[in-house]
Amino acid sequence: MAGMPPKLPETLGESHGYRPIIAPLLAPTWGMIGIFLLLPVILMAVYSVLTKEFRGGVDWSFSLAAYDQFFITRGLFGDEQPQIEWTYIAIFWRSIWQAGLATLVCLIVGFPTAWFIATRPAATRSLWLFAITTPYWVNLLIRTVSLKFLIRDNGPLNEGLMGLGLIDAPIALVNTNGAVMLGLFYSYLPFMVLPIYAAAERYNFALSEAAADLYAPRWVVLREIVLPLMRPGLIAGCILVFVPSLGAFLAPDLLGGAKSFMIGSLIEEQFKGSMGNWPFGAAVAMILMTLVLIALLFYARTATAAREGAK
Amino acid sequence: MKGPRHYPGFAAMTVGCLFILYAPLLVITIYSFNGSTSITTWGGFSLRWYAEVFTGPEAGRFGAAAWNSITIALIAAVLSTAIATAAAVAMLRGGAFKGKSATFALINLPLMVPEIVTAVATLIFFSVIGLTPGYLTILIAHITFCIPFAYLPIAARLQGIEATYEQAARDLYATRGQAFRLILLPLLAPGVISGALLAFIISLDDFIITNFVKGAGMETLPTAIFGSVKQGIKPNIMAISTLMLAVSVIFVTLSYLINKRGSVPPTT
Repeated sequence: MAGMPPKLPETLGESHGYRPIIAPLLAPTWGMIGIFLLLPVILMAVYSVLTKEFRGGVDWSFSLAAYDQFFITRGLFGDEQPQIEWTYIAIFWRSIWQAGLATLVCLIVGFPTAWFIATRPAATRSLWLFAITTPYWVNLLIRTVSLKFLIRDNGPLNEGLMGLGLIDAPIALVNTNGAVMLGLFYSYLPFMVLPIYAAAERYNFALSEAAADLYAPRWVVLREIVLPLMRPGLIAGCILVFVPSLGAFLAPDLLGGAKSFMIGSLIEEQFKGSMGNWPFGAAVAMILMTLVLIALLFYARTATAAREGAK
Repeated sequence: MKGPRHYPGFAAMTVGCLFILYAPLLVITIYSFNGSTSITTWGGFSLRWYAEVFTGPEAGRFGAAAWNSITIALIAAVLSTAIATAAAVAMLRGGAFKGKSATFALINLPLMVPEIVTAVATLIFFSVIGLTPGYLTILIAHITFCIPFAYLPIAARLQGIEATYEQAARDLYATRGQAFRLILLPLLAPGVISGALLAFIISLDDFIITNFVKGAGMETLPTAIFGSVKQGIKPNIMAISTLMLAVSVIFVTLSYLINKRGSVPPTT
C-alpha cells in the first residue's frame, strides 16, 4: 500500500475526517443521557399508570389511580359522587402564580440591568456580566440559606431597619409567599439578564437614534421600537426563569411555610418515607413536565415566528 | 453622553440588582466570623466557627460529606468533559449526518427536564434495575446532568476554530488522531478547561437530584448542610457556606480568566 497517494483533503469534505467515527464519538453521550435520563423519564411515565403498593412500592398492573387521585375526589370513603379534587390543582395554580410573579419581577429588574450592561463600553461589559453571573455559580442551597438568614424576623435586615428607625417591629418575611417569590427571584435572576443582554447587544442602536431625531421621546422609543425588537430575548428570559421556578424545591421549602407549598414539595413528599406514593409522585412529575413542555413549545413557536418575521 | 440609548434609572436598577444578589452572600460571610455563640448578636471577629468546622463534634460528618462531594465532582467533571468533547467534535466537525438534531436535543435534555423530574425519574430507574442508592448512583446521575454544561463552552470554542488548521495538518500527512491531539485539542483547551470547571461547580452545587438518589447514610455537602439547616442556621453552617462560596467564586473566576485569555482568535 506504500505506493498509494494519500487521500486529498478535498475528499474529506466538510466532515474533516471525523465522519467515519461519528458513531463512536457520540456513543458515550447517547449511552449516558439515553440510558440514565431519557429511559428513566419514559419509565417514570410508565410508573405513573401502575398500581400503588404499600410501603412505597408498586404492583406492575395498569391503573389510572394516580391521575384519578390528582383530579377527582369521591369523598372520604370513596362512595360519593365523583367531583373535581381541588387540593392538587390549587397547589399547581399557586406554583404557576408564584413562578409567574417571580418571572415578572425578574423581567422588570432584569431588562434595565441587561440594557445598561449592553450599553457599557466593550471593555467593562464583560466585567459587569461577570458580576451578574457569579452568584449563579454559588451553591443554590447556600444562597437560599443566606437569604433566609438575612430576612428572618431578628435577622440583619430587620435589625438594620429597626436601628434606622424605619420600622418599629420586625417585618415577618420568612414563611410567607413573598419570601418564596423573593427566593425564586434571587435564584434565577441571572437567567433573565443573560438572554436579554444577548438581544440588546444585537440591537441596532441607530434605530433609537433615528427615532430620537424624529422627536420621539425616549420612553416611546423603548415601547414602540426597542421592546418589540427584543421580544425573542425577553421571552427566552421569561421561559428560563419560569421553568425552574415552577418545579423549585429549595426556595419554597426553606423560605415558605405550609401555605406556600409548591409542586416540588408535593413531589418530594411522595418519595420520602413509608407515607410515599410512587405512582402518584410520578403522575405529578408527569403533569409538571407537560406544563414545562407547553411553555417550551410556546417559546419555540414565538422564536420561529420572530425569525420568519425578520426575513 | 446622553444619547437615546440611555434611560434614567437603569443604572440605579443595575446597582440595585447587584446589591440584591450580593447582600445575602456578604452578610453570611461577615457573620461566619462572628465570635458570639448567638447568631443574632455580634461578638467580635473570630475564626472559632472555622475551627469548629474542622475539629468540632460535626467535623467527621461534614468531612465525609465534603470528601464525597469533591471526589464525585472531580470524577463527574472529568468524565462528562471527555464525553462532551467527543460529542462536540462529532456535532461540529462531522458535517451533516442522520440523527444530528435528535442528538442535539438529547444533549440538551438535562437542561430541559425540570430538576425535580430528573430526580424522580432517576430514582425510579435505579430502583427498577435494582441498583442500591449510594455513591455510584449519585456519580452516574451527576455525570449525566453535567454533560450539557461541559458541552456548551466546548462547542462555543470549537465553533470559533477554523477547520483550516486541521486540514493543513492532514495535508502534511498527520493522521486523524495526530491532527486532533496536536492541533485541535490545544486550540480547544480553553473551552475544555472552562467546561470541566463548570461541570465541577454544577456537580458540587446539586442538591435535589442527589437528595433523591443518595440513599440512607450517604451524604454530600449540600445534603448534609440541608439536614443541619432544618434545625436552624448555626454558625458552623455559615462557616462551611462561606468556604463553599469561596470555592465557587475561585472556580468561576478561573473559568472567566481562561476564557478571556483564550478568546483572542488563534489566527494571529
